[in-house]
Amino acid sequence: MEQFTTHTGVGVPLRRSNVDTDQIIPAEYLKSVARTGFERGLFAAWRKDETFVLNDPRYAAGSVLVAGPDFGTGSSREHAVWALMNYGFRVVISSRFADIFRGNSGKQGLLTAQASQGDVELIWDLLESEPGAEVTVDLESRTISAKGIQVPFELDDYTRWRLLEGLDDIGLTLRHEADVTSFEARRPAFKPVTTGA
Amino acid sequence: MAGTLAEKVWDAHVVRRAQGEPDLLYIDLHLLHEVTSPQAFDGLRLAGRPVRRPELTLATEDHNVPTTPGPITDPVSRTQVETLRRNCAEFGVRLFPMGDVDQGIVHVVGPQLGLSQPGMTIVCGDSHTSTHGAFGALAFGIGTSEVEHVLATQSLSLTPFRTLAVNVDGVLPAGVTAKDVVLAVIAKVGTAGGQGYVIEFRGTAIQALSMEARMTVCNMSIEAGARAGMIAPDQTTFDYLRGRPHAPTGADWDAAVAQWSTLRSEDDAVFDAQIHFNAADLAPFVTWGTNPGQGLPLTASVPDPDSFADDSERASARRALDYMALTPGTPLREIRVDTVFVGSCTNGRIEDLRAAAAVLQGHQVAQGVRMLVVPGSAKVRLEAEAEGLDKVFSDAGAEWRLAGCSMCLGMNPDQLAPGERSASTSNRNFEGRQGKGGRTHLVSPLVAAATALRGTLSSPADL
Repeated sequence: MEQFTTHTGVGVPLRRSNVDTDQIIPAEYLKSVARTGFERGLFAAWRKDETFVLNDPRYAAGSVLVAGPDFGTGSSREHAVWALMNYGFRVVISSRFADIFRGNSGKQGLLTAQASQGDVELIWDLLESEPGAEVTVDLESRTISAKGIQVPFELDDYTRWRLLEGLDDIGLTLRHEADVTSFEARRPAFKPVTTGA
Repeated sequence: MAGTLAEKVWDAHVVRRAQGEPDLLYIDLHLLHEVTSPQAFDGLRLAGRPVRRPELTLATEDHNVPTTPGPITDPVSRTQVETLRRNCAEFGVRLFPMGDVDQGIVHVVGPQLGLSQPGMTIVCGDSHTSTHGAFGALAFGIGTSEVEHVLATQSLSLTPFRTLAVNVDGVLPAGVTAKDVVLAVIAKVGTAGGQGYVIEFRGTAIQALSMEARMTVCNMSIEAGARAGMIAPDQTTFDYLRGRPHAPTGADWDAAVAQWSTLRSEDDAVFDAQIHFNAADLAPFVTWGTNPGQGLPLTASVPDPDSFADDSERASARRALDYMALTPGTPLREIRVDTVFVGSCTNGRIEDLRAAAAVLQGHQVAQGVRMLVVPGSAKVRLEAEAEGLDKVFSDAGAEWRLAGCSMCLGMNPDQLAPGERSASTSNRNFEGRQGKGGRTHLVSPLVAAATALRGTLSSPADL
């Protein structure tokens, strides 16, 4: 995974709450067995509406998505994270994220910066009054800054450390493989296996 | 989460605990399907890693499969299914392919084989893995990176969840089902109210539910934002499991039951949050909006967005009514549907089909309404056919299909056309979930069947 320290990019205001992962990428785009190309499905239904924010050329270079509360609810599809990243997003700012989506983002290096709804509104107002304005997200200090705005965001210490170091989760766990093996020796004999029967 | 069921199961699976780090938790059962696994197997291949415990791993084909006889005609869907077959063969994972007698929706297959047992940790790259919590297992959905992690290590790094007790006491009125209970719970806590929590469903009304009804309740925990839903195992659980193909036998059975019997929250257990429902107050429930929290009793009317105090709820309701083409004040019972879908991992088990068939028996689906009945697994289909339910459905004018996820999500040929409206026993009413531009009302199997007969959202009491 790529290290994440700080990122500056054009902010995209998405004034919607409860953006579920079916909206981020509809099911018909989940059939690919690759890890790239999912940007085609990003907000596919909403992008058909020419007034949708991603169709506004002033936000075309956007890499910081600023969304309403409860972003990423619903299906566990990691394709939602791939779609956002394949499109060019590095950061999503929201006042509340769904658990599975946030976990998936942390595995891929997409930063989910949780800010207060009041601060999200401040950023929305800036991005709408000055389309194309840049937003800087600093993971070291956990702050979001943009013209005239400097606000904190939340991310748990462990995920922050992993992102800063760019560490791969599986590699980290395999350092403790001996613990897994000794746990396996203690498992009750009645636990089922999928073979046989 | 002191002394709760969730804590007991969690603690029994901690492989490693260190200050400032998530716990490393052992995973007893890893279920796979074709949609969320290909990139995980690719990751293993790139790193040269094997599947650590193939015998704790099981795969089935469900999301892409057509529910009419014949091969998959969509080449992209076919590639995804063929990729799963190749991956399972290469890594030694057991697979139930289309046509196999054990094929079906992953969350129907695990329980019916007796693989989902109390006190286990169960994961799958699918948010409705919460279904298996009905057995007192800690079961939750994961993303593809975590699928790869479990394949490689049979464990997951996790920060402990908080606990939420949802108590439903009393006796459910006639015609009120597990689906109505969980829709009412989601309407009350909202789609984010369960965030970070494992819900334990408790109380006399929950204890009185069958295993299949408990699965319906736990299945939709994720729609309240919760990571998992659980119900303490009891005699109902043990009776369901006994004799199933992968359930323990002989001395193992006795040892298992002894251990399973300890899996209940202590009387002095402390939950991080609690809510209470009186079962007698619950009624058949339907959704009117575009998230599962936007639901009301069937006897209510479409709400006025201005009646919501919260800004973002108001905006969300306005958008939802616009998408759903509904007018505030319209009685929900007057909403006409084009399609009725009975099936999915929420309501595609034999009891669901029996309930729908009992309402349809001897009647005809209303003119202009298409009704699809899709068993959750090939075994459920065979069982239903042995009972003659298929004939009840066909005689009523409904389509009797093969097992799969079907119209729950737009990944296979069963979809709503733009603008079509459904009453659906599935779990999500998101925009476009059942097909581009489709409009979904979530309902119980009883309401689905009554709606099919009347053509408007209805309960059996309206017939």
